[in-house]
Amino acid sequence: MLAVGLLSACGARVDDSSASAGGEGTSCVDTSGPSVKIGFLNSRSGTMAISENTVYNSLKLAADQINAAGGVLGKQLTVVAEDGASEPTIFAEKAEKLIRSDCVAAVFGGWTSSSRKAMLPVFESNNALLFYPVQYEGLESSRNIFYTGATTNQQIVPALDYLKEKGVKSLFLVGSDYVFPQTANKIIKAYAEANGIEIKGEEYAPLGHTDFATIVAKVRDADADAVFNTLNGDSNVAFFKEYKNLGLTPEAMPVISVSIAEEEVGGIGVDNIAGQLVAWNYYQTIDTPTNKKFVEDFKAAYGESKVTSDPMEAAYTSLFLWKGMVEKAQSFAVNDVLAAADGVSFEAPEGTVTVNGENHHIAKTALIGKIGQDGLIYTEWSSGKPIEPDPYLKTYPWATGLSG
Amino acid sequence: MNIRSILSSRWAVLGGFALGAILLMGVAPAVLSDFRLGLLGKYLCFAMVAVGIGLAWGRGGMLVLGQGVFFGLGAYLMAMHLKLADAPASTGVPDFMALISSDGVPWWWEPFRSGAVTLIAIVVIPAVVAIVLGLATFHRRVRGAYFAILSQALAAAFAIWLIGNPRSTGGSTGLNNFKGFFGFSLRDPANRLMLYLIAAGALLAMIAIARQLMVSRYGELLVACRDAEERVRFLGYNPATIKTAAYTVAAVMAGIAGALFVPIVGIISPNDVGIVPSIGLLIGVAIGGRTTLLGPVLGAIAVAWAETSLSEQFPSGWTYLQGLLFMLVVAFLPGGLASLAPTLRDWRKHRRSDTAAGQPGVAAVPEGSA
Repeated sequence: MLAVGLLSACGARVDDSSASAGGEGTSCVDTSGPSVKIGFLNSRSGTMAISENTVYNSLKLAADQINAAGGVLGKQLTVVAEDGASEPTIFAEKAEKLIRSDCVAAVFGGWTSSSRKAMLPVFESNNALLFYPVQYEGLESSRNIFYTGATTNQQIVPALDYLKEKGVKSLFLVGSDYVFPQTANKIIKAYAEANGIEIKGEEYAPLGHTDFATIVAKVRDADADAVFNTLNGDSNVAFFKEYKNLGLTPEAMPVISVSIAEEEVGGIGVDNIAGQLVAWNYYQTIDTPTNKKFVEDFKAAYGESKVTSDPMEAAYTSLFLWKGMVEKAQSFAVNDVLAAADGVSFEAPEGTVTVNGENHHIAKTALIGKIGQDGLIYTEWSSGKPIEPDPYLKTYPWATGLSG
Repeated sequence: MNIRSILSSRWAVLGGFALGAILLMGVAPAVLSDFRLGLLGKYLCFAMVAVGIGLAWGRGGMLVLGQGVFFGLGAYLMAMHLKLADAPASTGVPDFMALISSDGVPWWWEPFRSGAVTLIAIVVIPAVVAIVLGLATFHRRVRGAYFAILSQALAAAFAIWLIGNPRSTGGSTGLNNFKGFFGFSLRDPANRLMLYLIAAGALLAMIAIARQLMVSRYGELLVACRDAEERVRFLGYNPATIKTAAYTVAAVMAGIAGALFVPIVGIISPNDVGIVPSIGLLIGVAIGGRTTLLGPVLGAIAVAWAETSLSEQFPSGWTYLQGLLFMLVVAFLPGGLASLAPTLRDWRKHRRSDTAAGQPGVAAVPEGSA
């Protein structure tokens, strides 16, 4: 009680407008020396480590390449790496450490929506920069975060357009029980209603769930034209094994997935998933000189057997986009970088990407891919040109009311 | 007067508390940066849970593998109140709820709009859960591994329920992005310092309560229940009530710790309340020395501190080092760090007697090998 009394004596109230300015904005980033610090925050332990280690590797590759080419504004990049340990709480703690204790100029990382949502208030209250490299459920646009993965209108909506084009009249939705699949399915249902597609079922499994006999049986009995799969992680292995086991084929009832990239195909087993569809913005097989060089460099650094995937490419791209923003601003200061961000573009392995200064996402080309017998993914359909990011789906009449 | 009686005298105890208060409330805020002080605040929350575990497990012999439940109850109750208080006045619906559903606030959230109700619930709800669970199991003489499995299953169920109800609990992300704490801005460093001091004060108070319980007649009974429950029953006491009392005190301590964890750390998620964190809390207590008063506190702080600094130094392989440290402590100091001093004393005495016996070679063993 005494402490509460003291609290009222000197602390700022929530409604005190000076409070929001107190304690932050005073960046401790040191740019006086020959080098500048940046932070990589990925899960190096825990369930997400297998995915996030690949993102860490491609970030490291980008930093090494930038340093070899003379750095950013003539300063070498010094990487401070932290482990997010697959836990939102640890992500928040380590983000704060990187910003306030290491004084990094920008942080790159995060994978799950949970990790991003945990870090968001930390970056906003300290006015720092986060580059988040994974496709996600949209409906977010923080002043302090740049989203270099796809938002829904660059991945899920094109996937639905593709299915509609192919004459799909009914869908079955399968997803893990957390925010990305739930939000994605909300969008899919709104799209389906507006486009005369019937939703024959919607099933959720807890993250890490590996018994799919019941769900796949329901999928079979519903007899939809296609399955939209937003399962994440290990569940995909069990799902596709069971799918094949019950005699369902990509020809009869294709599954389109939004969380399965080259890295995951090996784990699921090519036999179980060959011929199925995925929706991303990058595949290792993209036939451009920029991508060939990226794949070659990656294999040279980490081994011939390694594959490159969409989140890895988006992470690699994010570091170059930050470099572009800093060079355009001629400053490492967060406010200068934010002011310069709009229109910064980079010749990325996926193609040309451009930063949208208003919503902090990037314009990306949507690609529907088919998984080949060799475990790689081959482009089946392309949006042809970069799609402007629209995280709140404001330009889609059927989506009104989704962001409310 | 020998050393033992000096240590246990009233003045030494008061002196110890004064020293603890000076270290926690005076020295730490002066030498640590805002960020490190916030981390220390988090460790202190774990230490509060550890005080309770020391009482229930160390003294009462109940292997409480599910303290994350009580920690989580306190934390989520506080987080619900903070989210409701932050919600825009026009709708009264917290930001995360508005994002994934348009159903509004669930009915069972409504009472926690009131700060007073929340504060009472943080103490009462964990206590009621512990009393019901304690009486139900201890009356049926469920003990040892069975009780441990039961408490652990409860932690697992709680975490799964939280993840499975994202519309009302935030799902796997949990609840975060709190702007204020009972009207005070959480961004103001002065308020964060105050929160830290509240946590330090709460921890000292809990240590004092635990000490009073340990030295009281009740404490003797509790230890008796641990060591020979049947004899206690023959003597006419009811072990179920005795154990339930300690279990309930531990639960309330964990609940308060959770409630303070939320504004200090700024987030609570199922990852902080399930089986793994529950076992993590237990490891701290085991390493510190579960039967002592301060062992659990120091152990919990040391483990949390080691986790932070190891992962900062070795982001890709720190979990192996942490495992190695646990193994070393368990292998060489089975009584925990609190047994370090007595062990060293024994070792010195041993060495001295060896030397006296004319074996100088033993004395030449380098300190580091011990």
